[in-house]
Amino acid sequence: MESIQVDHVDKSFQSGKSPVEALKNITFNVKQGELFGLIGPDGAGKTTLFRILTTLMLADKGDAWVDGYHVVKDYEQIRKRVGYMPGRFSLYQDLTVEENLSFFATLFNTTLEENYELVKDIYVQIEPFKKRRAGALSGGMKQKLALSCALIHRPSVLFLDEPTTGVDAVSRQEFWQLLRGLQKQGITILVSTPYMDEASLCDRVALMQNGSIMKIDSPGGIISQFQKPLWAVQGDNMYQLMHDLRHDSRVDTCYPFGQYHHVTFNESTIDIESLKKEFQQKGVHSITIDRTEPTIEDCFMELMNQ
Amino acid sequence: MKEGTSISVSKLTKRFGHFTAVDAISFDVKEGEIFGFLGANGAGKTTAMRMLCGLSMPTSGEATVAGYDLYKQSEKIKKSIGYMSQKFSLYEDLTIKENNRFYGGIYGLSDKQINEKTEFMLHHLHLEDQANTLVKELPLGWKQKLSFSVSMIHDPKIVFLDEPTGGVDPLTRREFWTMIYEAAHRGTTVFVTTHYMDEAEYCDRVSIMVDGKIEALDTPSALTRQFKVQGMADVFVQLARKAKRSDN
Repeated sequence: MESIQVDHVDKSFQSGKSPVEALKNITFNVKQGELFGLIGPDGAGKTTLFRILTTLMLADKGDAWVDGYHVVKDYEQIRKRVGYMPGRFSLYQDLTVEENLSFFATLFNTTLEENYELVKDIYVQIEPFKKRRAGALSGGMKQKLALSCALIHRPSVLFLDEPTTGVDAVSRQEFWQLLRGLQKQGITILVSTPYMDEASLCDRVALMQNGSIMKIDSPGGIISQFQKPLWAVQGDNMYQLMHDLRHDSRVDTCYPFGQYHHVTFNESTIDIESLKKEFQQKGVHSITIDRTEPTIEDCFMELMNQ
Repeated sequence: MKEGTSISVSKLTKRFGHFTAVDAISFDVKEGEIFGFLGANGAGKTTAMRMLCGLSMPTSGEATVAGYDLYKQSEKIKKSIGYMSQKFSLYEDLTIKENNRFYGGIYGLSDKQINEKTEFMLHHLHLEDQANTLVKELPLGWKQKLSFSVSMIHDPKIVFLDEPTGGVDPLTRREFWTMIYEAAHRGTTVFVTTHYMDEAEYCDRVSIMVDGKIEALDTPSALTRQFKVQGMADVFVQLARKAKRSDN
């Protein structure tokens, strides 16, 4: 069964002189119980899509359904059923942790105790601060409180807009473990992120750029569609090596990737040894050139260049 | 301070009441080096960076930045450094040209210098046709690159970049790092924080802060060897997991 259906949605905004097309012909489905990622940089249209699906904004064109309910005709039903954590912290800063939770519980006609099982793993981490005002919490704690509030009525669909932006690598890992736990409890999760490495933690992802979806598939499916063999190149002077590679007619693309440059070639067969010798003559030494598996980020850049 | 040293820090400490945000950190950064300053949220990076920029007085310890003493010469430090934050720092309602005029003016550049700088910058970023475009109408990737160029308008000896690539697309992120490499090549010291661990590997050396202290400092390759792992992401996770305090 489909939990979220989006059918040819368009949305434009007026900004300055010219209209900005925030969403262009967006179509995709999310299955019940799926952990689905919207992956893309700022300005891709992720937040606009969230606002339309949570019934906070109207699309110019197209239709969308959440949990079988139409986002315009049945907006009241949807608001009862979804949990939404916006990108910007939107709880009451001058209420305490406890007060915020009981406020949101009351709105949905429930109590913290009623759905305690669902929020337990998250709530125990903020419980020591339950008398503290939300505005005085740290970034990580605010995030956990916001997630608890979004879950308090046991939503069937959870919308998380960039929950890990600006969060360090360790806290990000922990947050994704929490999401996996929620998914096991049967909640459908739509989550957005600008961090490409997080795509691999989703069941399926949509890669978004400038209001369009470039590709929808499982992370493995996207990686298997990378078009050319990919090589990892390393040497003792990476800056010069990048310069030399980019000016070589045999090289199609060359992008820095941590300790390596990821390179694709125009020709299907490449004489690695002679290539190494040529770059050595130009002054880069200890060169290694090995085949490597593409990452989602390699795929994203390939799609951007098409 | 040794010749060729750009930043020299010794036992630098900052306390807020009973809370020690930065706990006796010591390190040197060489001229023209790309120095990655990493740490978990709440480790004390921002506090340390604010002190090095002359915006916050240390509780104790010593530091010189661009040859100037942190306690006595903080105004001279401010003139010798550039700063760009993760939040976009140009004026949206001014054009590219007007932003240059404004920031150039703040740093005391002459009209002639500002005009030359602006022309060079527009040419370098291929924005010649956009000189009179309001900044808010530029795509995000361009804004970020422009913001970096403006932070360098006064040819600072050191540039501090606080999560400069947050939310930027992967192509622009790499173009941005090419600009960082070029600046370092011209002799500018680059002091940069990031949550992208692949970017940590572009740095000449990296320090990792945990609970106010620097727990590791070396080249990325030496750190990955030392911790017997594949890359900086694993080094970071191993160290940051030990953190007792989160960002409370």
